Amino acid sequence: MPKFISFAVLRNNMVKTKFTKETYESWYEQMLLMRRFEEKSAQLYGQQKIKGFCHLYIGQEAVVAGTVSATRKDDRHITAYRDHAHAIALGIPSREVMAELFGKVTGCSKGKGGSMHMFSKEHNFFGGHGIVGGQIPLGAGIALADQYRGGDQVTICSFGDGAARQGALHETFNMAMLWKLPVIFIVENNGYAMGTSVERTTNVLDMSVIGAGYAMPSFVVDGMKPETVHEAIAEAVERARKGDGPTYLEIRTYRYRGHSMSDPAKYRTKEEVEDYKKKDPLEVVKTTMLKNKFADEKWFDEMETKIEAIINDSVEFAENSAWPEPEALWEDVYVQSDYPFIRE
Amino acid sequence: MRSIQYREALREALSEEMRKDPNIFLLGEEVAEYNGAYKVSQGMLDEFGAKRIIDTPIAELGFAGIGVGAAMNGLRPIVEFMTFNFSLVAIDQVINAAAKIYQMSGGQFNIPMVFRGPTGSAGQLGAQHSQAFENWYANCPGLKVVVPSNPYDAKGLLKSAILDNDPVIFMESEQMYGDKGEVPEEEYYLPIGKAVIKNEGTDVTIVSFGKIIKVVYQAAEQLAKDGISVEVIDLRTVRPIDYDTIIESVKKTNRLVIVEEAWPLASISSEITYMVQKNAFDYLDAPIRRVTTEDTPLGYAPTFVQAFLPSVDKVVKAVKSVMYR
Repeated sequence: MPKFISFAVLRNNMVKTKFTKETYESWYEQMLLMRRFEEKSAQLYGQQKIKGFCHLYIGQEAVVAGTVSATRKDDRHITAYRDHAHAIALGIPSREVMAELFGKVTGCSKGKGGSMHMFSKEHNFFGGHGIVGGQIPLGAGIALADQYRGGDQVTICSFGDGAARQGALHETFNMAMLWKLPVIFIVENNGYAMGTSVERTTNVLDMSVIGAGYAMPSFVVDGMKPETVHEAIAEAVERARKGDGPTYLEIRTYRYRGHSMSDPAKYRTKEEVEDYKKKDPLEVVKTTMLKNKFADEKWFDEMETKIEAIINDSVEFAENSAWPEPEALWEDVYVQSDYPFIRE
Repeated sequence: MRSIQYREALREALSEEMRKDPNIFLLGEEVAEYNGAYKVSQGMLDEFGAKRIIDTPIAELGFAGIGVGAAMNGLRPIVEFMTFNFSLVAIDQVINAAAKIYQMSGGQFNIPMVFRGPTGSAGQLGAQHSQAFENWYANCPGLKVVVPSNPYDAKGLLKSAILDNDPVIFMESEQMYGDKGEVPEEEYYLPIGKAVIKNEGTDVTIVSFGKIIKVVYQAAEQLAKDGISVEVIDLRTVRPIDYDTIIESVKKTNRLVIVEEAWPLASISSEITYMVQKNAFDYLDAPIRRVTTEDTPLGYAPTFVQAFLPSVDKVVKAVKSVMYR
C-alpha cells in the first residue's frame, strides 16, 4: 500500500460511538457469512461450478458491514461487480446469491446476471454493474429520484479505486454537489485497480482530494473496522437526509485475493498481504467482543457451525435448482410483451 | 386542421404528458433557462419549474447516467442530447446501462425513459456534427429507436415513447424543427414499430425514414411525371422495423429502393435488403438498390454537402435502374 499524504480530513481512528453487543454480534455474523461465502465461491470456481468473472470481497467485509448497520432498510445501494457481499449483507438470501453464481433460474437475477450482476428490488439493491465507474451516475440518478419525490432515502454508491479515474465520476460529483443529491460516494480503496497499484495510475496518491475539486465533504476512513465505517456513514447519512447533499468517503481497505479469480496477484508481496491479515476485520471484531465479554469462544464456535450450515444449504439449493429455459433469453429484454424480435 | 412546427409538436407532446404524470421530467443542456438549444422546450420552465425542466452542465455521460438511475428508481426521465453526435460520450450509459439493466436484473428494474435530440446532417457543420447513428442504436436489443419525419408523427410518436416502459431513442433533426405540418388539436398516440404508407403506388416501393424522406417525395413527384408510380413507406421506427409493411408492398410492386441518410456499411438499408431477399426473393423483378450518404466523413464545403447526401437525382436514378429504364 502506498503511503498517503492526506489533504482531506482523516477521520479520527478512535471509535466514539458505543456499539451494543447486538450490533457486534450482527457484524460478526454478517462478516463471517460474507467470508465463508466467498471462500466457498473460490472453491466452487475451481470446480467450475461457477463460471465467468468472479471478484471476491475477502478482506473488505467491514466496509459493507459498517455501511449496512448505519443505513435504513429503505436506503438504496449500488455497487460495481465485486457485489456478492453487498447482496448478502442487504438481506438477499445467500442461497439466491449462490444460485445466481451458478446461473440458475432461482438466482436473484434469474440466472441472467451472474457474479457481477446481483440485483434485488425488494432489498433496494440496485445492482452490481460491470463497467468500471458506470454505476456512479446511476447512483446519483437513484438519489435524484428520491429527492424529486421528497423522500428522505439516501443512496450509497460504491466503487473501487480504479473507478475514481473514470470521467463518469467527475461529471457525477459535479452534478451531485450542484443539486445537493442525497448520495454517499464510497471508494473502497483496496490499493489496486485490477493489477495496477494506485501509484502507477496517478500523481495524486490521496484519493480523498478528488472530492475537493467539487467542494464535496470528503473523509478518509479506516475500512478494516466496522465501527469506523459505521460512524463515517452515519454522519454522511445524516448530512444527506437533512438535504445537505453528498459526501465522499475514501474507505481504506484491502483484498486478500487477486482482482478476480483469474488473477494470481503477483504484483504485491506476501509480507504486504500478511501485514493486512493482522488487521483482519473478523479478528479485530472478535477481539473486541471477547474483551468486552459480548461473547465467548463457544459463541464463535457455534457461529461457525451456523454459517457453515447456511453455506452448505446455499450450495445444495444452487446445485438442485434448474437452469433457465433457453426461451427465457427473450424474456426481460423489453417490458413490451409482444416485442417482435428478429428470429430466423 | 391547424398547422404547427415540428418543434411545437414535440413541445406539445412533452407538455401534455408532463401535465398528466408528475414523474416525467426533462434533463439536458440549455433546456430550461435558455428555452432549448432549438427551442423545443420553450416556455416549459415557466410552466413546470426548475424541478422538472433541469439544465445540466455539459456532461452527457454523467447526465445520461443520472437519467438511467432515476428511471431505475421510478421516474420517467426525458434526456435531451443537443445532438446525437454528442451522445457518443454518453453511449456507455445508453448501451451498457439503459439497454441492459432490465435483462441483467432478471426483469426487476425497467428503464422507462426517452433519449431525444437531433440526428444527421444540418448544413455545413463539418464532420463531427453531421452524423447519423440510427443504425448504431437500432443494433442494440433493449432499445427502441424512433425517427419521425413530420410534425404529426413527431407528436404522436413522442407521446408513445414517453409512455413506453422501455428505453426509447427518439431522433429528430435540426433541419425539421421549423417544418410545419397538420397536427390535430386533440390528443393522439402513434404506435412504435409501425410503418406508414405515405403514397400508394404500383411500380416501385421506396422505403425511407427521418428528414431525408423529403427528398423521396420530390423524387416521387418527378417520377410520376415520367409515368412511374412510386409507393413511399415511412418506417417511422427503425427498431423494431415493420418488415411486414415493406414485404407486402414489395410483393405488389416487385421493386425496392431504400433511401437512408447514413453510411452504407451495416446500415438500416442493408438490414432491409437482407430481410426482403429472404422473404420475398421470388417477387423481386430487379436487384434492390439503395441511396445512402457517401462512405466518407462529411466535409465542410457546400460541394461536399451536395455530393455526400442522398438527392432527388440520385433517387430518380436508382428508381430508373430498378425499372430498367
